[in-house]
Amino acid sequence: MEIRAEAITKRFGEATVLADVDVHVHAGELVALLGPSGSGKTTLLRIFAGLEQPSAGRILLGGEDATQVPVQARGVGFMFQHYALFRHLTVAENIAYGLKVRPRASRPSNAAIRARVTELLDLVQLPGLERRYPAQLSGGQRQRVALARALAVDPKVLLLDEPFGALDAQVRRDLRRWLRDIHERTGHTTLFVTHDQDEALEIADRVAILDQGRLEQIGTPDEIYEHPATAFVAGFIGEATRLPVEARGGVVRLGPHALALNGTRLADGPASLFVRPRDLVLADDGKANALPANVVAVRRAGPARRAELHLGEGLPTVEMELPADAVIGKGDVVQVALTRLRVFGG
Amino acid sequence: MSLATHATTFRFRQPSALPGFGLTFGFAVTYLSLIVLIPLGVLVARASGLGLEGLWQTATSPRVLAALKLSFGVSFAAAAVNAVAGLVVAWVLTRYAFPGRRLLDAIVDLPFALPTAVAGIALTAIYAPNGWIGGLLAPLGVKVAYTPLGIFVALVFISLPFVVRTVQPVLADLDREIEEASATLGASRAQTVLRVILPSLLPAVLTGFALAFGRAVGEYGSVIFIAGNMPFVSEIAPLLIVIQLEEFNYAGATAIATIMLAIAFVSLLAINLIQAWSRRRFGHV
Repeated sequence: MEIRAEAITKRFGEATVLADVDVHVHAGELVALLGPSGSGKTTLLRIFAGLEQPSAGRILLGGEDATQVPVQARGVGFMFQHYALFRHLTVAENIAYGLKVRPRASRPSNAAIRARVTELLDLVQLPGLERRYPAQLSGGQRQRVALARALAVDPKVLLLDEPFGALDAQVRRDLRRWLRDIHERTGHTTLFVTHDQDEALEIADRVAILDQGRLEQIGTPDEIYEHPATAFVAGFIGEATRLPVEARGGVVRLGPHALALNGTRLADGPASLFVRPRDLVLADDGKANALPANVVAVRRAGPARRAELHLGEGLPTVEMELPADAVIGKGDVVQVALTRLRVFGG
Repeated sequence: MSLATHATTFRFRQPSALPGFGLTFGFAVTYLSLIVLIPLGVLVARASGLGLEGLWQTATSPRVLAALKLSFGVSFAAAAVNAVAGLVVAWVLTRYAFPGRRLLDAIVDLPFALPTAVAGIALTAIYAPNGWIGGLLAPLGVKVAYTPLGIFVALVFISLPFVVRTVQPVLADLDREIEEASATLGASRAQTVLRVILPSLLPAVLTGFALAFGRAVGEYGSVIFIAGNMPFVSEIAPLLIVIQLEEFNYAGATAIATIMLAIAFVSLLAINLIQAWSRRRFGHV
């Protein structure tokens, strides 16, 4: 079922947490709400669930206005960051909870509930843990139980708040794939909140980026990564370093160097250049847009090697990903070129 | 192998690599012995002068039996009422912001601070047939002062803070997310309270109940003013002990005291076991 937030604004007293945000999730889509802490992403998720009321704007679930529908009747599956499992209930009782609280007329039989619990435990790969209590489970197991509990009520929409936030790095990576799998198998329309861009870009169909309560950009991971729409997105995605530059007459000045804009339109005045490690390549002397750089350090970053470069007085160091055969050491002076110019005014 | 011999001798479980266990353990044992165990030991030793048979005779004499039944029965009822009422008070104090909340919060502690005799006199004045509330109840044929009902009122009064003060911090710490989780799963507010909140509070309520019960059983000051102290009707066991003392029947007094001690100990132990069970279920955190 498609869901839509229309012009959602949320104020807590004086503070505006969300300002005029529009997000549309198509039926069966997996969308990530990505942003730094305080960007309002969790508040937006809670407004979708009905756990918060928007100050203005509408929530549409399946095309119908659900802004006034209470949380109990919205039919959303919500997974909390810290899972919020019921400590006094077993795993099976936790999962069955949403079915057991239904009015008698629509409540499945006990046997049907038991069958559903078994089926869900198989889906989340925790068979045989029915009788455990949450305190006896690991973090990753609790997360799976929380997801099974949310799925048990056949929600129209799945809303996940930082689904991997409380887990360690290795478990996070495994569970990402697993969540994507579950999404493909169950086909639920899913919206999840994260502050981890790798997570969002890896598993989401589309990513919505929020900053300070504003929607900065929404698009596929490729669009977001290759074509950041705003200075914020350019700085937030892809380990970019922001360099202050000055735009004038089709050229940006970076310290003592001048770089041709090559058709990018930019108003004259101060601007920001965003440089990612992969945007820099080693260049021959005298090539257009080549810059001399001092190598401050060479480090290993996972599979790649990176050089920290100093481009000029008063500029922050930038990182460059090195080719495997590059023979470069600390203290060298090299010529580098920017393969693309990501410049935003202001 | 020296390790093998070690395993057979008794050893304390190593609590932590950080020092402090020996010192605090020694202090705790010494302190508890001085304050609790030694006086109670002397009490039991004095009572044992009667012999088991004498103890049994004292315990089963109709007047003592009636007083014990009254003491424990009314205390249980008062603690049970406060388990519910105290929970509601704690709920209101933690969950809602309203003018005068801090004042109300402070008032809860008054029964702790007030000399119990003052409480007894005040309650008697109010509940006597010519008092404010007693006067309203008298036409309905309900007598409070000078009956077991009066004892109940006094015990409810003095034991209220125990439940409120044990439940309050637990309720304040209760994760709001579990209520929200319950709501997103479709549970009504009443279902959330009954199925999620109350079970989480149960251990704290039990603790509060145990404390209130223990306090009520031992209460003397406030009760004797309002009870009327008629043998077989409204005479509590602690009063019976005082009466024995006034008659210089020390052995009799210590005998009743020992029986009270035994019953109280068994009841508190039972409550502790229930708590241990519920704690094991809920796990720590």
